[in-house]
Parts: sequence; structure tokens; C-alpha cells
Amino acid sequence: MLEAAPEMDWLDWILLVARVVVVFFAVLISVMLLIWMERKVAADMQTRMGPMRAGPRGVLITLADGIKLFFKEGITPTLADRPVYLLAPVIAMIPAFLAFAVIPFGTGVTLFGRHVPFQIADLNVGILWVLAMGSLMVYGIVLAGWSSGSNYPLLGSIRSTAQMISYEVGMGLALVAVLMYSGSLQMSQIVASQDRVWNAIPQFPAFAIYLIAGLAETNRPPFDLPEAETELVAGYFTEYSGIKFAMFYLGEYVNLVVVSSIAVTLFLGGWRGPHPSFVAWLWPLLWFIAKVVAVVYLYIWVRLTLPRIRYDRLMSFGWKFLIPIGLLWVLATGAVVVLPDVYGKGALLTGALIVVGAILVASLLWPLIAPRRQSAGETPQ
Amino acid sequence: MAPDQIVFWVFAPVSVGSAVAMLFQRNAIHAALFLIVNFFTLAVFYLVLGAPFLFAVQIIVYAGAIMVLFLFVIMLLGVDREESLVERLRGQRPLAIVLGLGLAAEIFVTARASLGLARGPANFDETVNVGGNAQALSHVLFRDYFLPFEVTSILLIVAAIAAMVLAQRRERTTVEAAGEAEV
Amino acid sequence: MIRLPLVLFFSAVLFSTGVYGVLARRNAVLVLMSIELMLNAVNVNLVAFSQFWHDITGQVFALFVIAVAAAEVGIGLAIVILIYRNRETINVDEVNLLKW
Repeated sequence: MLEAAPEMDWLDWILLVARVVVVFFAVLISVMLLIWMERKVAADMQTRMGPMRAGPRGVLITLADGIKLFFKEGITPTLADRPVYLLAPVIAMIPAFLAFAVIPFGTGVTLFGRHVPFQIADLNVGILWVLAMGSLMVYGIVLAGWSSGSNYPLLGSIRSTAQMISYEVGMGLALVAVLMYSGSLQMSQIVASQDRVWNAIPQFPAFAIYLIAGLAETNRPPFDLPEAETELVAGYFTEYSGIKFAMFYLGEYVNLVVVSSIAVTLFLGGWRGPHPSFVAWLWPLLWFIAKVVAVVYLYIWVRLTLPRIRYDRLMSFGWKFLIPIGLLWVLATGAVVVLPDVYGKGALLTGALIVVGAILVASLLWPLIAPRRQSAGETPQ
Repeated sequence: MAPDQIVFWVFAPVSVGSAVAMLFQRNAIHAALFLIVNFFTLAVFYLVLGAPFLFAVQIIVYAGAIMVLFLFVIMLLGVDREESLVERLRGQRPLAIVLGLGLAAEIFVTARASLGLARGPANFDETVNVGGNAQALSHVLFRDYFLPFEVTSILLIVAAIAAMVLAQRRERTTVEAAGEAEV
Repeated sequence: MIRLPLVLFFSAVLFSTGVYGVLARRNAVLVLMSIELMLNAVNVNLVAFSQFWHDITGQVFALFVIAVAAAEVGIGLAIVILIYRNRETINVDEVNLLKW
């Protein structure tokens, strides 16, 4: 399985290591800029100035914050489970970085007579790798909450476990729909399949489900129940300080970049976009960055606009709305993908019309058979 | 040594070590963590044994869902206090030694017998995983094993409903009735 | 290529560890975890045989085992929660209502 092993010589290894290092630092820098961007956008929407002092227009504010956190005293609570307590921030950070391994940032460039793709590894099961890393992110939070030996973190981590597992199902369904539509698990193939139209258009429900589930996976407002400050002080990282807190913070924002990059790769055509023919390797990269910034801006916008929702509503929204819609959409995608092969294109149109008609008839008949609300005061069960 | 052998010799001790460590942890959460390490090493084995799809499934299902469920239940019930590890099984040790020797002998015989069967270093990826492991797997899964696949899906639904019914709070209805009476 | 007997030996060790856990641990959650360990040892065997015989059926069965294990864990943990709720303990030695 270790596929590339036989033909790789030392130059390939160097290029691979160089790619890993470049991606690592690119992610760090992008997180730095992302935090600055979030603060600036928030300030703009609230008619404030935002950070202004560190660097031009406050660009270096994250660096300043990082240095401050680095030199702060790290405190370990007496009741903490020490090894797990120290391990949790690291676990929270690593999967987020690993998820970048399969994301194609651009077409690639020819260096020393070989083609160097802007992607660390084009795994055969790329989309599953992304799901796997997403499912590992919960560990950092769970272990942090448990090992702090304190009540608020524990509550936060129990919440986050339930929340992340629930929304992972919805996210998985959205990804399943995309991979059915694209016919591949490989990231490069999925990008290649979007050369005519971006997946976001035919797969719009999946896109919406993915964005909402991504909000819950990254624990961002309005779904930041694991760290809701009005209820849980700071949730799972209440007891963390200094560099360990910085790691959680970093992991959270790396996670946001990951979710946005995956949204771009799977739904918004990845690095595709019209570009002039000179310096051909640069434009896809710029397109990718521009799209990621757009998705991140959307997330920031949502955060600043919507209030935090109640925990039970969050769960029931995930289970009773997002997952059923996702299932139906997977079914519909399956029909669209398979039926033309079996019955030809004309039959597909007929089938679609029948389905639409059935839904219309059902929606017309529904008020007749629906159970009536007896009084306004009664709670619906 | 071929790369897959290196991987095996690096990860097999980690795997066995974490499994044994899991048994001798007094704290349930620590035991669960060691089991997660074990599942990761097994996922790596799947990768080496030509099953990248199972590698991903192992991480998503076991490490990502099942073990999180375990952690969740341990934290929810608060049963992570220390547990004594004194053995209570009578006559366990001699019996274990006898049976263990029997198992070792059986594996030894199997190993001897299988030496003649060695298939040589033919590449699994070229013979079976043609067009990708996921594709090869799906061909077999959805053609030859379609009925078991559907039955498994029914099993999962039944299990989900059963888990909900079992874990539901019975006294909740009475509490709610009391609440409504107050209103 | 890894020799098949090596993998078999390895998975036998894991399986035995799981058996010991089921027999010796008294925390019901730990017992369930040991069962998972046993199922995984079986999976390693299935995948190894699959590679040995150049037949992907073994991987299909491993997939089924994983799905069944997920169902088993769901039910098992629900039962554990139920036992805890009724008896305030999840020590399997104390859950002996059916013993006489």
C-alpha cells in the first residue's frame, strides 16, 4: 500500500518534506491573518476600529497575543489528571493540521524537471481521511474537559461530545452526497469533476448542510455551546492558561481553515477559476485562497449576526432536521446518479416530475390529515 | 526490510503494549485512551495490509465514534474512580497457562503448515485493488454481499432504536405530568 | 509483505488480551471495551487472510464486523446506563439478579 515507495529518490523525498513544511507554515500564517481578519471584520460590523497598534492596521496583533500567551504562567489544577491534561491541547491541534494533507491548493509547479503538485498526498480515500480527522478533533475537547477535574469543563466536554458526534453524521451525509455525485473519494478527482459547474449548485442542500455542520464541528457561535461563557465560564478550556490555552485557540482556528478549505475543495470548485496563461501555477493558488477567505468571511458574518442557540434546540435541530434532510438528499442524489444509467435520460425527467408532483400533492393534502394543535399553551410532544 | 515490515515491527509492540496497558489501568478513561492508541495501530496495519478503505473506516467508526461513546458514558456516569485489580477468578492462572500453551502450539502448527502456502511478494494492489481499494470493495460488497449489507443496515437501525428505548428515562413522563399540573 | 503467521500470532495475542479483560475486569464499560479489542483482533485476521489469498472478501467481512460492533456498543452502553440507573453500580459482579 505504501504506494510511492519504489520510485521515490532523494529529490522526491526532499520535495515531499518541503511541501509538508511549507503547508505547515502557510497554515500558521493563515491562522494569524484569520484571527486578525475576524477581529477587524467584527470591529467593522460594530463600528469600532479593532486592533490598530501592532503592525500596519494591527496585522501583527495575533503575533503579539501569541507572545503574551507564551510567556504567561501555565497552571495545572490540583485535581487535574496531569498526563491527560497536558496531552489534550496537543490532541486538539494535531488532527486539524493533518487534515490539510489531502487538500489540493493548486495545480502544481514544475521544479527540477518534475511535477510538484500543491498537495501533500492525494490519498485514494481522501474524503474519508478528512472525515476521520474531523472525528478525531473531539478528543482534545473531551479530554481537556475531563482532565481538568472541575465541573464546568466537564459539562462543556460532555456537551461537545454529543454535539460533535451528532453533527458529524450530518456532515458525513453531505460528503456522501458529494462523493456519489463526483464518483470518487479522491480529492483531486472531485476537483476535476467540477470543471463545468461547481458542486455547490447541483449539490446545494449538501453544501448548506456541510456549512451548518461545519459551524458545529468548529464550535463557533452560534453553536459554541461547549464554551458558552454565560453558562459554563469558558467551557472545556476554563482551567487552561498560557501556552496550553494558545494551543486550543490555534487548533480552533486551524479547524476553521480546514472546514473552509474542504468546503471550497468539495463544493466551490477548489482551485478552479478563469486565469491568464502567464505564471499559470500562481492563479489557481490565488483562486483557492480567495475562495477560502470568502467562506471564512461567511462564518465570521454568521458568528456576528446570530445569537447562541439553546442546547436542546441545537441537538434537536441536528437530529430532527439536518440528518433527515441529509438522508433524503443522499437518496435523491443516488437517484440522479444511477437512474439515467438504467432508464435513460428521458425517464429521469419523468421520474423527477413524478416526485415533484407527489411532493406537491402531499403538501396540499397534509393540512387535512395533520393533527391539529388544540391550544397554544400546550407543549408539542 | 520492506517498508511494510518496518511498519509492522514498529507498530506491533505499540499495539500489544497498549492493549495490555488497557487491562491494567485502574482508571476507566485511561484504559479507553490506551484502547484508542491500539485502534490506531490496527488502522495502520490495515493500511499496510492493502486495505486503505478499512483504515479510514477504522478511524472514523472506532476511534471517532465508538470510543467517543465510551468516553461519553464513562464521564456521564462518573464511573472513572479507581477500581481494584485483584483477580477473583479461581484457578484462572494454571488454566490460562495450559490454554495459552495450546493456542501457541496451534499457531505454531498453522505457521508451519502455511510456510508451504506462501504466495510470494505478489502485489496486492495490482491483483485485487484494481482501480482503487474502495472500488474493489464496493464491487464485492454490493454484488455478492448485497443482502447481508441490507440486513446489517436493518440491524443498525434496530440497535439505534433499542439504545434510545433502553436509555430513555422512564420517570420523565411523571415529572412532566407534575410540571404540567403545576402550570 | 508481512508473513501471515506473524500477523496471526499478533492478533492471537490481542484476542487473548481481550479475553482476559472480559474475564478479569469488573467495570462493565471495561468489559465492553475488551470485547471491542477481541473483535478488532478478528478483523486483523480477516484483513490479513484477505491479503494472503488475494481475495477482497475478507475486507468485506471486516467491514461487517465493524458495523455489527457499532450496533453492539450502542446497545451495550445503553444497557450499562440502565443498570447504573437502577443499581447505582456497573460492577458486573454485583449485577447478579438472575443468580440464585
